[in-house]
Amino acid sequence: MNQHTRIVVVGNGMVGHYFMQELVKRHPDLAAANLQVTVLGEEPRPAYDRVHLSSFFSGSTAEDLSLVEPGFYDRPGLELRLNARVSHIDRHQHVVTLTDNTTLPYDKLVLATGSVPFVPSVAGRDRENCFVYRTIEDLEAMTAAGKTSKSGVVVGGGLLGLECAKALRDMGLDTHVVEFAPRLMAVQVDEAGGRVLRSKIEELGVHVHTSRNTTAIVDGATARHRMVFFDETWLETDMIVFSAGIRPRDELARESGLAIGARGGIAIDDFSRSSDHDIYAIGECASWNDEMFGLVAPGYDMARTACAHLAGETASTFQGADMSTKLKLMGVDVASVGDAHGKTHGCRSYQYTDEVRNIYKKIVVSEDGKKLLGAVLIGNADEYGTLQQMTVNNMALPENPEFLILPASDGKEKPGLGVDALPDTAVLCSCNNVNKGEIGEAVAAGNCSIGAIKSCTKAGTACGGCVPLVTQVMKAHMVKLGMTVNNHLCEHFPYSRQELYHLVRVEQIRTFDELLHKHGKGLGCDICKPTAASVLASVWNDFILKKDLASLQDSNDYFLGNIQKDGSYSVVPRMPGGEVTPDGLIAIGQIAKKYKLYTKVTGGARVDMFGARVEQLPNIWEELIAAGFESGHAYGKSLRTVKSCVGSTWCRYGVDDSVGLAVQLENRYKGLRAPHKIKFGVSGCTRECAEAQGKDVGLIATESGWNLYVCGNGGMKPRHAELIASDLSKEDAIRMIDRFLMFYIRTADRLQRTSTWRDNLEGGLDYLKDVVINDSLGLGAELEAQMQHVVDNYQDEWKTAVNDPEVRKRFRSFVNSVAGDNNIVFVKERDQMRPATVEEKKQAKVIPILATTE
Amino acid sequence: MSQLQQAAVSDSTANQAAISTAASGTWHAVCALDDIWPNTGVCALVEGRQVAIFRLQDDLLYAIDNYDPHSDANVISRGIVGDLGGERVVASPIYKHHYQLSTGICVEDTDIRLQTYPVELRDGAVWVQV
Repeated sequence: MNQHTRIVVVGNGMVGHYFMQELVKRHPDLAAANLQVTVLGEEPRPAYDRVHLSSFFSGSTAEDLSLVEPGFYDRPGLELRLNARVSHIDRHQHVVTLTDNTTLPYDKLVLATGSVPFVPSVAGRDRENCFVYRTIEDLEAMTAAGKTSKSGVVVGGGLLGLECAKALRDMGLDTHVVEFAPRLMAVQVDEAGGRVLRSKIEELGVHVHTSRNTTAIVDGATARHRMVFFDETWLETDMIVFSAGIRPRDELARESGLAIGARGGIAIDDFSRSSDHDIYAIGECASWNDEMFGLVAPGYDMARTACAHLAGETASTFQGADMSTKLKLMGVDVASVGDAHGKTHGCRSYQYTDEVRNIYKKIVVSEDGKKLLGAVLIGNADEYGTLQQMTVNNMALPENPEFLILPASDGKEKPGLGVDALPDTAVLCSCNNVNKGEIGEAVAAGNCSIGAIKSCTKAGTACGGCVPLVTQVMKAHMVKLGMTVNNHLCEHFPYSRQELYHLVRVEQIRTFDELLHKHGKGLGCDICKPTAASVLASVWNDFILKKDLASLQDSNDYFLGNIQKDGSYSVVPRMPGGEVTPDGLIAIGQIAKKYKLYTKVTGGARVDMFGARVEQLPNIWEELIAAGFESGHAYGKSLRTVKSCVGSTWCRYGVDDSVGLAVQLENRYKGLRAPHKIKFGVSGCTRECAEAQGKDVGLIATESGWNLYVCGNGGMKPRHAELIASDLSKEDAIRMIDRFLMFYIRTADRLQRTSTWRDNLEGGLDYLKDVVINDSLGLGAELEAQMQHVVDNYQDEWKTAVNDPEVRKRFRSFVNSVAGDNNIVFVKERDQMRPATVEEKKQAKVIPILATTE
Repeated sequence: MSQLQQAAVSDSTANQAAISTAASGTWHAVCALDDIWPNTGVCALVEGRQVAIFRLQDDLLYAIDNYDPHSDANVISRGIVGDLGGERVVASPIYKHHYQLSTGICVEDTDIRLQTYPVELRDGAVWVQV
């Protein structure tokens, strides 16, 4: 590239943004690479995840959907202009003109203008409450209209149309799908598959009308609109959403004389170049070999190709795309691979239909029966990964290919795809273009969990469809590298935490010695002992400092406080929900003053008192107990705090009593031992001041109850919590939390927060919802009862400790002296004490320690 | 149950252990065996030194410095005891370094070793030589 190349990118959708990410990957410092890039987006916000747009209806916000990392567009040499629409391209002058008449010169122009929803030319299509389904603004308008509607129609029974139907149904509308073709998802699915899909969708309460051509939309008698069909039948509805396919946004290209594909779209070559070699086109607006691609993966591929070509590389070319798709529509698996319709000359098919469970599977094989050409899977798409890879990599079919789709019968192993048979170049994650070889490299570099693979390769982070296959490949590589594919707790137990939990429960094991004797070896260690202590506590909830349990506890649990770097402890009185009386605050102040403790308000809405020596702890607790406090778990793998906003009691915006619920929840779950720490948040309205969506369990008040979010996390790797149930009563919310927490405690690995647990959970959010909300495993009552047992057996650990002379005796610095540790020394800073540094200790510029408090 | 337990030293490390174990010193009675719960430790203050004393299975006793050089804190006695590959260790509660109880050697950083001390059980009392 010559000095100072000006690149203008028109469009900031998924593909336009991906292009920028690729460009920045190549040139982390654009300005230094003499690039000056301007990105023009016509929407009011930068790129967001249109693939998961429907999650907007289940609680995701525009921010959740954003694809842009904070600060991405703030780098030198890069400018993003929003609400900026190009009206004209002057190819001779190399200038684009915007609708506000500003002009922008370019050396290279990249068109990523995407597509528009196709709206059939029906009279009345511009009436009020008629929508399209493409942008966040469209969805906001639909949500608003949904509130005043009883019924809704989606025109178009394709992939997007059915997603849209789900949204309408979730809004509580009587939902209809009107399709011009004789079946649903006509592009991806054959006739028999369409039939099965239809009955599945109808089972879910959505009315399906196929072979219906709408001729006019007029005023309705019982609803806002009446849709009149070609045969003069009609359907009345309050709102209509058009989702009948997309058309490429190629008008700028047409007007400026660029070549256009036979069916529309900006014609491009293998380098994503248009007929003008200074102009590239990528994504849904482009047409390659007269073919357009309405999926994101081919768009990303074009973006990569264009980026490489801009940098002068000609090795990478766009060669079309595999249009196989797998998705879940309203909980129904739908997948289509390769030549799903069997259009290849001489091909033959195998089909399996189960009309009881509404499952349909078909594979299309080549004339000679040696290769797989395509497949359709409805109702259950477990085989998708295998079939897609077989097709794309042109692999040999096994003998009796019908077993690929037949349900496994007793004793007969299903012929899976030996992942070893896959070439290293096999693309496993087509969204992010990750191939098998890259997964292998990641494993060799030490990434041995699906979570780690996701974060270092990005595989499985977009649509997630490839996760089972990626997991299989990861495990196969681990075996190849001689790593044992196990999650054994440590050298003493050949079991995972989950398995140990099960053993403890089933065999009614109550001590570590018994567990070690029956299932382990050696003496145990600092990994398995605290884990066993936590499991024993989750199941039996005995006092953790009982003689046979005490030696298992981490120092924090052993001394019931937080050990600090100098070996002193901090004490954090529990303040459920962050609520505290003036007298309580005074008492804490007095205690802190008396023992000369450093105080700080924590992020968990409590007051932390630092600098207590071991022998001071029981005295401090006694005084706290007298003032009505218990010390709190600011340590341990247990419930920490339930953060709350002030809620409807005081706040003019609050819709429910968030503090009241927070107090109730903290008192219910306090002391619960878990695989890792657990934090809650409760917000009294959608303003979300308690940041509940950053917590393991979050509740947000709505006009009609509580929305329950789970598996959020702050910390090193923040993760937004996901909505698993809406508008719950307080009682139901607590039942669902009981189930969720116990299910997590039963199944998570050691030190696995709910967020990583969720990321590694096969089946993902849908599975979690099924177990917790729909009780698909029939465990609900058992999980609730088990939680109730833990709740009923709660005891104030600090009170028990100070009242038991045997236990209390252990709280001393020295077994043979009443002295304190003279290595714990403080200096003054901002009017309080802090631990002296090693240097300060040497210089003895320290505050003498207190006399012992006996 | 044996009445006299010296810091157990395996053959291979006997030589090294002899170097770091105080060759001579005075014996002190520091506490009753019952003062140390099984599989835990306590700290004794002996001639100004902080000595961590652990009671393992079968009342096997170990004495080792209470000072953890990795954290600059006197915390070893509060660590969890167990074994790594059969070698008895204590894990420091601050940064979780493991120290071999018989030799004081840090498993993760073998250049560092803590002083170990002879320790005995005499008529229900724990004696340590410092």
